[in-house]
Amino acid sequence: MVTTVTSLGRSGLSDWMIQRISAWIMTAYLMFMVGYFIGNPDLTYAQWAELNSGLAMRMFSLATILAIAAHAWIGMWCVLTDYITVRLIGPKATAIRIFFQLGMIAITLLYVVWAIDILWGI
Amino acid sequence: MLNVSIYRYNPEVDDEPYMQDYQVDTQGKDVMVLDVLEKLKAEDPSLTFRRSCREGVCGSDGVNISGKNGLACITPLSEAVKGNKLVIRPLPGLPVIRDLVIDMSQFYAQYEKIQPYMINNSPAPAIERLQSPEERAKLDGLYECILCACCSTACPSFWWNPDKFIGPSGLLQAYRFLADSRDTATEERLAKLDDPFSVFRCHGIMNCVQVCPKGLNPTKAIGHIRSMLIRSAT
Amino acid sequence: MANIRTMSFDAVIVGGGGSGMRAALQLAQSGYKTAVITKVFPTRSHTVSAQGGITCAIASDDPNDQWQWHMYDTIKGSDYIGDQEAIEYMCQTGPEAIFELEHMGLPFSRTEEGRIYQRPFGGQSKEFGEGGQAARTCAAADRTGHALLHTLYQGNLKNQTTFLNEWYAVDIVKNADNAVVGVVAIDIETGETVYVKSKATVFATGGAGRIYASTTNAHICTGDGVGMALRAGFPVQDIEMWQFHPTGIHGAGTLVTEGCRGEGGYLVNKDGERFMERYAPNAKDLAGRDVVARSMVLEILEGRGCGPDGDHVYLKLDHLGEETLNAKLPGILELSRTFAHADPVVEPIPVVPTCHYMMGGIPTNVDGQALTVDKDGNDQIIEGFYACGEAACVSVHGANRLGGNSLLDLVVFGRASGMFIEKQLREGINLKDASEEDIERAMSGLNRINNSENGEKASVLRAELQTIMQNYFGVFRRGDFMKEGIEKLKALRPRIENVVLEDKSNAFNTARIEALELQNLFATAEATAIAAEGRTESRGAHAREDFQDRDDENWLCHSIFYPESKTLGKRGVNFNLKTREAFAPKVRTY
Repeated sequence: MVTTVTSLGRSGLSDWMIQRISAWIMTAYLMFMVGYFIGNPDLTYAQWAELNSGLAMRMFSLATILAIAAHAWIGMWCVLTDYITVRLIGPKATAIRIFFQLGMIAITLLYVVWAIDILWGI
Repeated sequence: MLNVSIYRYNPEVDDEPYMQDYQVDTQGKDVMVLDVLEKLKAEDPSLTFRRSCREGVCGSDGVNISGKNGLACITPLSEAVKGNKLVIRPLPGLPVIRDLVIDMSQFYAQYEKIQPYMINNSPAPAIERLQSPEERAKLDGLYECILCACCSTACPSFWWNPDKFIGPSGLLQAYRFLADSRDTATEERLAKLDDPFSVFRCHGIMNCVQVCPKGLNPTKAIGHIRSMLIRSAT
Repeated sequence: MANIRTMSFDAVIVGGGGSGMRAALQLAQSGYKTAVITKVFPTRSHTVSAQGGITCAIASDDPNDQWQWHMYDTIKGSDYIGDQEAIEYMCQTGPEAIFELEHMGLPFSRTEEGRIYQRPFGGQSKEFGEGGQAARTCAAADRTGHALLHTLYQGNLKNQTTFLNEWYAVDIVKNADNAVVGVVAIDIETGETVYVKSKATVFATGGAGRIYASTTNAHICTGDGVGMALRAGFPVQDIEMWQFHPTGIHGAGTLVTEGCRGEGGYLVNKDGERFMERYAPNAKDLAGRDVVARSMVLEILEGRGCGPDGDHVYLKLDHLGEETLNAKLPGILELSRTFAHADPVVEPIPVVPTCHYMMGGIPTNVDGQALTVDKDGNDQIIEGFYACGEAACVSVHGANRLGGNSLLDLVVFGRASGMFIEKQLREGINLKDASEEDIERAMSGLNRINNSENGEKASVLRAELQTIMQNYFGVFRRGDFMKEGIEKLKALRPRIENVVLEDKSNAFNTARIEALELQNLFATAEATAIAAEGRTESRGAHAREDFQDRDDENWLCHSIFYPESKTLGKRGVNFNLKTREAFAPKVRTY
């Protein structure tokens, strides 16, 4: 039995909304970065450090990190509940899926913590 | 002579399914795939498939024709034959009962789940409930569904979760009642659709639209349901 | 031995089409344990193919419309052998039945006022034929049958009717009193044979158009109810009356709705002449179906047919404009493009009269109770046995059905049967249980097929049967030809009884079902042939070259075919209107 316990938003609509909003944040961040690199062809470490030490930029990066985490969480949850199901691979599926889901959640959270540490460690 | 390859499986005889090859003389005519099946069944009565109206309105003979789901009775050979070969398999993703006949219980169960009937508990008038032509027009492209299952069995999300994802056909019907000005259970219907599976397993790949023999667009209907869910949540 | 499983219900309905599901709905709403046995999933029943609409005086198109005018049209259309009491009941109750369907959600097309859209159909008039063409056919575009069937299925889901989907009723089980106490049925998926026991058995098994080689009917229209009734020794009525629909697509047989002509389309011959003006100066293309079909055949026989073989005529629609066609007749555009390779927006559709509807069937009263006629000519009710829809002959269609009246017949008499059975169940029905032998008897036909060893294939025999019917019992009939046809059927009988079932497996064995259906096709065909040869007049759809006139003196009556003696009897037409004087037979012109 596939349940929604390990889903992020618990409702289809909120998951769907999170996917859309997080996608916009990631797109905006990507475009900003591409623009920044094009606008600064001779980028130095000092400039890069200065950019990332501003509060606004840190918040932007943090939002993107959280967006990636949420997006991955929901996306991976979808993939796992599509393919690792009792219907497809038998009664062991639930245990295997929960193992992968918990692993996925753990890795995602780890990355988030690590990213925050980097952002505020500059 | 046309080469025809057909998926065969009789649970009482065969350990596993196999493809059987036939040769059919169509006299060069562009007949329908169902005509070929009927011709073969006259020779080999054990060949099993569903059929009824033979004009594309009853939805019995949905099969996978040379890789694409469709109704055998309205698919001409000119659309289905590639390199003088016609390959007919059962609709994918649901259990096979025998040959081209699949067990559609899960498909029907999803249809039943969306409460496919008018809900309006206000006292009925002595005549019909009035509905403007504009309101009625909203049902066009929805009510015509013939429940052939070509769409749902072309949908990977339905293959993976046929017990939880309602599937394009059921969702088209869900929207048919959501869109009906005479139905009053909109909120109740929406509430039942707001889990991560029922509607939201649709990732918009539009296989359903590509195969629908009636030219309907379930993906668009699913989009409308999502919009209604968003509006009702805000 | 009959050691088969028994399932018990208060009411069993055989057939999941329009009338069956309407009857089931009525009973399910009342809380009685009801089951529908249907050989296809209900929405695949042939009602789904009905296109143009359901005729009923709901006074939408014309606020002054009256059900009495509809009654008059129907009686005239029946060529006066429709039972007037039943027609009165149908036309009067109709609006209520239609509004119920609308409340259930049927997506009717609409007028600007928001009411149900009505279109003109053949044989419709105002003021008892004096007020010109009426528009009385309620429509859901050109998919009315589909909309109706799905709505009824949905209503049954809502009321939790038990469906035995993909089950096939084999034969009637009669008890020691000759009352019907259920049927023997096969679960097609598993092959299990079950005795389905019931206090009330309703046959809503539809028509048998597949007795003809060219038909608008679905593959499943094999006269199962008529065949079972005949094998049980019960008579059928007016079975010679077969409607040939004027506009079947040439070559394919697929139906093109009369609504095409209702919306302004017309028929032309090879000279481009609108020939119906000659045959029916007033109603033209909207004359009765029998009249239009015969006119078309005459045009073809007289060398004015279209195409290289001059074997069809054209239905012209292009003058209506693409917008109207898309809005009013979208399904027809689809069918014509697919099956005639003709786009009606720019070119005419090749059409030919094609077998469409069985006016005859199991005789019933307005409550759906099946009847037989005793030696003294009196109606006798068959206990436990009911019929409605095309399988029944309550006789609202008589010798010729008007377009749009079949769907009304389905819902009105499906509903009436349901209501009557509900009442009877409330009062208590006590029928003797069937004995082992009774059940065994109902299984004999199935057993014979299951034990068959060396006969001919069903497909070969079926094709022969259909060709005989097509050649000898078509639009125009002649005594000597029909006698020849009857002889050919006689020769075919033992071969069909000896049909071989090579594949005896159980799982979804459609070959077994087809062998059983063949028996029903033959029974219906034989009854048709004998009744057609016996009715020595021309009336409605029954047109004889050797008896070209209507003979009210001898044949203003129903024919009754008795299966045991294979003879034809007569039964009086009901002229008892409750609300006014009966309509006396007049010469029928359009």
